[in-house]
Amino acid sequence: MSIELLQQAAADNQWIAIGPELMVGCLALLLLILEIVLPKARHEIIPSVAIAGLLGIITAFVINYHTVFLGQTTFNGLLRHSGTGQFLRLFFLLAATGVSVLGMVALKRQRMPKVEFFAITLVVSAAMMLLAQANHFVMLFVALETITVGFYILVSYTRSNPLSLEAGLKYLIMGALSSGILLFGIALLYGVAGSPALQATSADSMNFDALRVFLYANPDNVVAAVGIVLVLSGVAFKIGAVPFQIWIPDVYQGAPTPVSAFLAIASKAAGFAILLTLVTVFDGYQSLVVGVLTIMAIATILFGNLAALTQHNVKRLIGLSGVSHAGYLLIGVIAAIHVPFAVGAICFYLFAYMLASFAVFGVMTHVSGPDDADQDLDYYTDLAKTHPFLGVVLGVGLGSLAGIPPLAGFMGKLLVFLAAFEAGLYALLGVAIVGVVISIYYYFGWIKAAFFPQWRPPVFEGDDPIPEPPRQVVSTSAGILLATVALASVFLGFYQGPLGAWLGLS
Amino acid sequence: MDLLLIAIVSPLVLALAMVLGLPKAVARNLAYVGFAIPAVIGIILWCQYGGATKESTYAFLTSYDTGLTGLGINLTLGLNGISMPLFVMAGIVGLAAGLYALQSAAERLNTYIVLLLIMQGGLMGVFASVDVFFFYFFHELALIPTFIMVGIWGGRDRNYAAMKMTIYLTVGAMLSLIGLIAIYYTSGAQTFDMIALREAIAADGLSTVAQKNIFGLLMFGFGILVSLWPLHTWAPLGYGAAPSSVAMLHAGVLKKFGLYGLIQVALPLLPKGAEHWAVILATLAVVGNILIVGFVTIAQRDLKQLVGYSSVMHMGYAFLGVACLSVMGVGGVVFMMVAHGFSAALLFLLATSIHHRTQTFDLDEMGGLVKHAPVLSAFFVAATLASIGLPGFANFWGELTIFVAAWQVFPTLTVIAVAGVVISAIYGLRAAAKVFFGPQTEAFDKVLEEKPATDLTWSEKLPALLLLVALLAFGFWPKLMTDSINDSVAEIYPAAEASVPVDVARN
Repeated sequence: MSIELLQQAAADNQWIAIGPELMVGCLALLLLILEIVLPKARHEIIPSVAIAGLLGIITAFVINYHTVFLGQTTFNGLLRHSGTGQFLRLFFLLAATGVSVLGMVALKRQRMPKVEFFAITLVVSAAMMLLAQANHFVMLFVALETITVGFYILVSYTRSNPLSLEAGLKYLIMGALSSGILLFGIALLYGVAGSPALQATSADSMNFDALRVFLYANPDNVVAAVGIVLVLSGVAFKIGAVPFQIWIPDVYQGAPTPVSAFLAIASKAAGFAILLTLVTVFDGYQSLVVGVLTIMAIATILFGNLAALTQHNVKRLIGLSGVSHAGYLLIGVIAAIHVPFAVGAICFYLFAYMLASFAVFGVMTHVSGPDDADQDLDYYTDLAKTHPFLGVVLGVGLGSLAGIPPLAGFMGKLLVFLAAFEAGLYALLGVAIVGVVISIYYYFGWIKAAFFPQWRPPVFEGDDPIPEPPRQVVSTSAGILLATVALASVFLGFYQGPLGAWLGLS
Repeated sequence: MDLLLIAIVSPLVLALAMVLGLPKAVARNLAYVGFAIPAVIGIILWCQYGGATKESTYAFLTSYDTGLTGLGINLTLGLNGISMPLFVMAGIVGLAAGLYALQSAAERLNTYIVLLLIMQGGLMGVFASVDVFFFYFFHELALIPTFIMVGIWGGRDRNYAAMKMTIYLTVGAMLSLIGLIAIYYTSGAQTFDMIALREAIAADGLSTVAQKNIFGLLMFGFGILVSLWPLHTWAPLGYGAAPSSVAMLHAGVLKKFGLYGLIQVALPLLPKGAEHWAVILATLAVVGNILIVGFVTIAQRDLKQLVGYSSVMHMGYAFLGVACLSVMGVGGVVFMMVAHGFSAALLFLLATSIHHRTQTFDLDEMGGLVKHAPVLSAFFVAATLASIGLPGFANFWGELTIFVAAWQVFPTLTVIAVAGVVISAIYGLRAAAKVFFGPQTEAFDKVLEEKPATDLTWSEKLPALLLLVALLAFGFWPKLMTDSINDSVAEIYPAAEASVPVDVARN
């Protein structure tokens, strides 16, 4: 490769375009430096630095939301800057902030190193932001692996807890398997798209634009079809769609609660960011993609809801209910092939889901003892009476997840259903409705545990008294987070104004 | 300022203020205002309605952008002859329920009032919305507090009742939502605005198949919400467990959402679909709701369950009126919805007042209350007579109109339905006799020893009086309502009336 070529390539490296990612990465490094520089007694300010830094980056990002790079590709086609990508970047920044706040609450109870958690969260978030803009399989895979490796550490973070270790191991094995499947699919696509025997091949066949052209020109290639199915399967692992959902309950239960929240919110959104990109790339194989996704969506909705019905551990319950949410979102992805506003609907859904999930996970971090995996529905008895604030936040969060008006989650579901109706996906809509009705049972069961007066067995003399359920004091930062997400969930249910405008819904 | 918006928002704002920590004493006093505002606005608008300018039957039209204009969703408010009486009724019943709740000794009264205010705001929104989406949205806003209140403040079986209500009503709401979305797309209008939908469908009507399917969805969706037999089982159980103000608001007002949806949305937009389903609907209503549920009601021994079942039974008349698909039938249903709203609320209120004095809902353990509470017994007898449909009360005009309209279409079913009046006379009068007039039972003697029964207090009398006066006012002077109903219904239903008797008659 000549010097000129390299120079030419370097000229396309618009570092400003990935300024937010760079800033998040630098913030992570800053945290590590602070850990070395500061005396040990002052270490507790480090999480605050992380949150303050993130808030600063978010502010700067919102000010420059309509960047000049919109619609362009940079880094020689590695990245494409789109409106959806822009929204998802903001989404991941907000998610990282929320997870950091929850981390401050949850880590206090553990005798664990504190700083690394925040640094890894930041690095993973930066990778997610890049993933949302990936326009090349190399970029996609590198970003995805950065996320996955980060999660290997985060899931088994409380290493003194055997359940956390087990979760980490499970996540490692399943993650490695899915990465393998994904990579195998990519290799097949790369190989077939580079084969000189076929039409419209390209030297850079991992580039999405080139691949899209190739797939259009060769609509009946078996190898390409196998590659597409394998890639979709690899992504299905990330979003927890059936049949790649089996890791979810165990990992959610074993992982520290903030990490479960991170998995539920950001990792799932990252998976959907890829899917939204890939369905346009695989346009030439539309019937195949639609077929695979339809089967997945139906199985995912039914499995998630039915499996959640019998759960008593709330972390497993929320994990399985998250599976069903992935199913509803898959319907949106299928609709997005024909209906342009479906992409906006998915983004709205994800945003509403993030708000609701932070509300629920936030309450969960406050209603658990030192053992993070042990969170039973019974611990919520009389929560609304003794801790009205936590009770209301939990009610709003669960209501929004269940899709009850006037909360944001309802608007998200409605928009996705509208898109599905316009795309003519009546069978899927039917399944989704069944799923929603089933989900009312377990979400309502949780609300029932927290709000309704429950009968408790009387304590006789000589018996051990029933232990009080664990409750944590709500700190200021956690209180602000919980109040914000709850109020935002209510507000967005009534008035979608700015968000609707950003997503092209108005 | 837009009065309709104020009527919806003021209870909600007050509820929010109470959540955010308004001092308790201030909050209680403000709550009276919060319940009174919608009622007062309802009456003001009613007086202005005759002279107001109307655009395709709707007066007081205003529209607000909530950020989804691109999808054809706008908060459009307005009232026509069908919604106006219901809006006023919702305001008055809400005020009565609020007054009754504020004087009650419920635990955690502040939370109770907050939820009741949210419900009230939602109810006003249901009948003021011209946008079908917000019509649904406000219904759900009012429905959620219902579940929570049944679960927390309910009586016997409250957990089971709350769960059952939630699941049934969610299924119903989901089916109707899908039906509404189907109208949104198949009409080609891509808007939820009722006026635009009517115009779009008038321009090029929907195919008969689409109409049949969508009407089926809406009929069963709304049917579950209004307790259409055999999907009614949540209602007596739920009302039996619900605290009094919730039962008043749900049985009196919120349940009318489904009927209102059928009348305002489904029938005018889907006339062919309605023709297809009319016979089935009428049969279910008469045989199921009136006859079967009527007999079940006679067998009840629990006063509150009895009132709940009787409310289910009366919905049968409403469905029969809807199935007539004529101006007269629909007009009768609107009248009956208003009348039943008042009378059902009054009965639930009085049932709770009786419970305070007898400490039981079991009819066999009561008797002789008239000696201790003559005013209460007078109220109860009046409410029972109203619910049976005696002339002089509003219910009479509603039922009479429905029977006359139904006779032209379903003569056999009408005969059965009229016989239903006898059934309701049997259980209604028997209940009144057992509670107030029979010999004093031993169980009641014991209760009296512990806590002597007093007559109705003013805080109970006031809401009861409010409802009774409304019943009598419309009973003696039905023209208060009929003129406006007639204008709007005749404008919305010209085509439906012409086609009905030919197609559906003689079944």
